[in-house]
Amino acid sequence: MLSFENVTKQYTDGTPAVKDLNLNIEKGEFVCFIGPSGCGKTTTMKMVNRLIDITGGNIYVDGKDIKEQNAVELRRSIGYVIQQIGLLPHMTIKDNIVLVGTLLKWSKEQKNARARELLKLVDMPEDYLNKYPHELSGGQQQRIGVLRALAANPPLILMDEPFGALDPITRDSLQEEFKKLQKELHKTIVFVTHDMDEALKLGDRIVIMKDGEVVQADTPEEILRNPANDFVEAFLGKERLIQGRPDVTTVGQIMDGYPVTVQTGTTLKSAIATMRDKHVDSLLVVDSNNTLQGFLDVEAINLNYKKANTVEEVMETDLFYVSEDSLLRDTVHKILRRGVKYVPVVDENQHLEGIVTRATLANIVYDTIWGDGTELEEIATTTQ
Amino acid sequence: MMDFFAEHGSNLMYKTWEHFYISLAAMLLGVIVAVPLGVALARIPKFADRIISLVGILQTIPSLAILAFFIPIIGIGKIPAIIALFVYSLLPILRNTYIGVRDVDQGVIEAGKGMGMSHWQAIAKMELPLSIPVIMAGIRLSTVYLIGWAALAAFIGGGGLGDFIFDGLNLYKPSLILAGTIPATILAVIADRSLALLESSLTPEGMKDTQNAT
Repeated sequence: MLSFENVTKQYTDGTPAVKDLNLNIEKGEFVCFIGPSGCGKTTTMKMVNRLIDITGGNIYVDGKDIKEQNAVELRRSIGYVIQQIGLLPHMTIKDNIVLVGTLLKWSKEQKNARARELLKLVDMPEDYLNKYPHELSGGQQQRIGVLRALAANPPLILMDEPFGALDPITRDSLQEEFKKLQKELHKTIVFVTHDMDEALKLGDRIVIMKDGEVVQADTPEEILRNPANDFVEAFLGKERLIQGRPDVTTVGQIMDGYPVTVQTGTTLKSAIATMRDKHVDSLLVVDSNNTLQGFLDVEAINLNYKKANTVEEVMETDLFYVSEDSLLRDTVHKILRRGVKYVPVVDENQHLEGIVTRATLANIVYDTIWGDGTELEEIATTTQ
Repeated sequence: MMDFFAEHGSNLMYKTWEHFYISLAAMLLGVIVAVPLGVALARIPKFADRIISLVGILQTIPSLAILAFFIPIIGIGKIPAIIALFVYSLLPILRNTYIGVRDVDQGVIEAGKGMGMSHWQAIAKMELPLSIPVIMAGIRLSTVYLIGWAALAAFIGGGGLGDFIFDGLNLYKPSLILAGTIPATILAVIADRSLALLESSLTPEGMKDTQNAT
């Protein structure tokens, strides 16, 4: 959909703003560009609709080199939303929404219909169409700013810190709304921001830039899990890395790797002995290949003690388990919703790898609230 | 009083009309030249200040001198008078157009460009409508000045109410001086009021409320 090939921008005084940037953005992808000010993120975005001319390399929109297109027509085919909103104060909301339509010489009926249709997307009543921008709140104005970008139904939309000037509550609700809208409309979005939370919340992919170069371009999960270097780590901030853990941590990372098991064929008697030795009330049953078969607990043994000899005769095979690469976030929900005490963890071949118990989860909660052990010690020493 | 009107009435009407159209013609010429120039200057802010001070120098030449200078070049009569007055109309209109266009909200301009407005569309749909109040203020100021200065047109045979004033001065007749001055003043007030009306009808709807609100 949008690809950057060795894109370079050098200002006339020789300072490079963007250095040799290569990036491919898929159709329907929501890509956030983030970095400290002066890192080249806005320059990169503005080169796409040629508000800034590139000095080297090529940018392709839908396979077509942007340099070979008329700049004005190119811009009409790409949505554009900016932080200052930039609604035309002398035009009604309707005229603002269909500004591109006016430039493309749509008929009056076509414009009216489109304006009404778009206003419905953000749940604003139709009487707003005849109001003027100054009669709207900042949040409403930016909703119109977004609609204006959508008017000609462009497949690609560029957004330059669009929610940056709004108060936190309005920003939050606009982010939610916009993310929802993007899922419905499948637009490709290039979103410039300096707010990491915003990028993590909205982006399918985050491109972290510094000094005109891409430092890391990955999914939010991957960036939180494996920051490319110290800069990314510092940019994310320690707190976010810890708090972001449940979102990106896999079950495999936190599970207890030594669950108490018995092999199929074991007698109930020795199973009971194992339970007593390990102080547990439940056992996972595996076969000789360590493939999970089921579980049995004290209650089941008690009921069937006289009737059965081996564990597979009494074990419960209807077992809830998770795979080791599933996200902790999802697992926690399942554990809490089902009210189970533990969840066995398996690999793709059903081999038992470990176990997540409520105790494991409790540890995560402590880590999130008080950091990992080191900080607890710090608190202890300072209070002494 | 009645005698005066009986004697000079029709002449007074004619001179007032002459005065009016000399000023109006100079003002229109000024608008035609200074507004596009101001829009152009707003694109080259580096040189704009220099060019505006250059035009400012024209303004400082005493008006009698400028009228005298024009005699050898373009002779005497209405046309030279209009041209001389036009030179004076330039500065206020130019400066206000420049400031008005320069101070249009950059966010609006960037959004318009990013939406795909051509240069001309940007001027016609954003810059001019949004700077109308400032440009009109320049035109109004310029017009009031012009109506005052147009009395000097009489010096080079341009006619207008200046004729009465000079006659009055030469003949020691205060009534003639007043007959030239009072209509000129009334003309200036009327011109200013009607331009104010024009301004408010030209100012786009959405902006009037903004001005009231702030």
